[in-house]
Amino acid sequence: MHELSVCQSILSQVETVAEENSATTVSLIHLQIGPLSGVEVPLLKNAWTIARADTLASEAELEIEEMPITIRCSQCGQVSRAKVNRMICGQCGEWRTQLISGDEMLLRSIELEK
Amino acid sequence: MCDTCGCNITSGNEHFLQEGGKLAQTESGREAVEVLQGLLHENDHQASHNRDHFDHHQVLAINLMSSPGSGKTSLLEATIEALNGELRVGVVEGDLETENDANRIRQKGVPAHQISTGSACHLDAHMVHDALHHMALEPLDILFIENVGNLVCPASFDLGHHRNITLLSVTEGDDKPAKYPVIFRAANLMLLTKVDLLPYLEEFDPARAEHYLRHLSNPAEVISLSAKDGTGLEPWIEWLRSELSHYREALTAGSTLHPAIAPEGAVQHQHNHEGHQHHNHNQSETR
Ligand SMILES: Nc1nc2c(ncn2[C@@H]2O[C@H](COP(=O)(O)OP(=O)(O)OP(=O)(O)O)[C@@H](O)[C@H]2O)c(=O)[nH]1
Ligand SMILES: [Mg+2]
Ligand SMILES: [Zn+2]
Ligand SMILES: [Zn+2]
Repeated sequence: MHELSVCQSILSQVETVAEENSATTVSLIHLQIGPLSGVEVPLLKNAWTIARADTLASEAELEIEEMPITIRCSQCGQVSRAKVNRMICGQCGEWRTQLISGDEMLLRSIELEK
Repeated sequence: MCDTCGCNITSGNEHFLQEGGKLAQTESGREAVEVLQGLLHENDHQASHNRDHFDHHQVLAINLMSSPGSGKTSLLEATIEALNGELRVGVVEGDLETENDANRIRQKGVPAHQISTGSACHLDAHMVHDALHHMALEPLDILFIENVGNLVCPASFDLGHHRNITLLSVTEGDDKPAKYPVIFRAANLMLLTKVDLLPYLEEFDPARAEHYLRHLSNPAEVISLSAKDGTGLEPWIEWLRSELSHYREALTAGSTLHPAIAPEGAVQHQHNHEGHQHHNHNQSETR
């Protein structure tokens, strides 16, 4: 369960941004998470309700944009969707593919109130 | 933080910045601030400083990951014996509790430092940095970091190491790469361990384990070995020699090595720290 560590890391970044902008409250935190990031969204949401207590973000909602896995084939160039454990080309079946999206673990934006 | 060094901007997200600057007003009148940083920004930052530190001392740092009991410490013991002093190694051990694994390594005459993580199910870059204060890097060629036995969490935390190894013991089943894709995708090398037990485990098919690894689009080499009877140790030692020489070539060329799949933040830092050396944070290693 490393999702609590992830929440603590988010909180410390959020607090820095809030201070820089002289905000008193953080109302929304927007994340992008891909299935290959190793972060489980339901676990993260659970951990968040614990981690946010007694912080500037104690009321903040976590808005999570779940990113799809998208790959590009090294042989035929086709861009296709893939599953976590089946990252092979949707067109020709080649396994040497390049990940375009799906491992995101990004703090995209924050909404603040002053 | 690195707001000024630009290490949070990647080709994947730079367009957000161009869409209207850093600050924007939402309908409700709140202020929205674009951040665009990895969720583990501080860890990634520490990791890149750890890597600088390894590179300064020319020590190849290798992260060993597996389920509990897959044979990480036994592999290290057998490796130390097989190397017979050819390469100088040190070990950082991560466990929830006990000094047992570090003691096992010290008994082989190699320096070892134990990190007791308490409740944390993975090592992070800060823990490794603290451990480095207890290990002299100058005399080493390779530093092994034995991560906490766990097939999930360790994969998300960059430690500043150069290579990832994921171990899979034959008693665990050959479909583990399909079940734990994140950690097997991150492997530069997959080691099938305890192969002396294969005669008793007909259902484990090494070729199938490799097939599942390829389905993660991972080209990593696969070596089968047994720490118990010594099978496969020679190709494994050869892999170490060859990675060490790659690493030294990279350093000579003014670059370094990164693990197979570096978390997004680490890639950003790699870009940044290699791009312009003097960005302004003063957290540089002074020891
Ligand atoms: N038969 C056989 N047993 C092995 C081999 N390698 C390790 N073992 C046994 O597997 C058990 C666990 O080995 P360790 O080396 O402690 O495993 P580990 O991955 O370091 O364990 P944690 O640090 O607790 O996660 C021990 O009882 C070892 O004797 C092997 O090659 N063959
Ligand atoms: Mg061990
Ligand atoms: Zn194709
Ligand atoms: Zn930086």
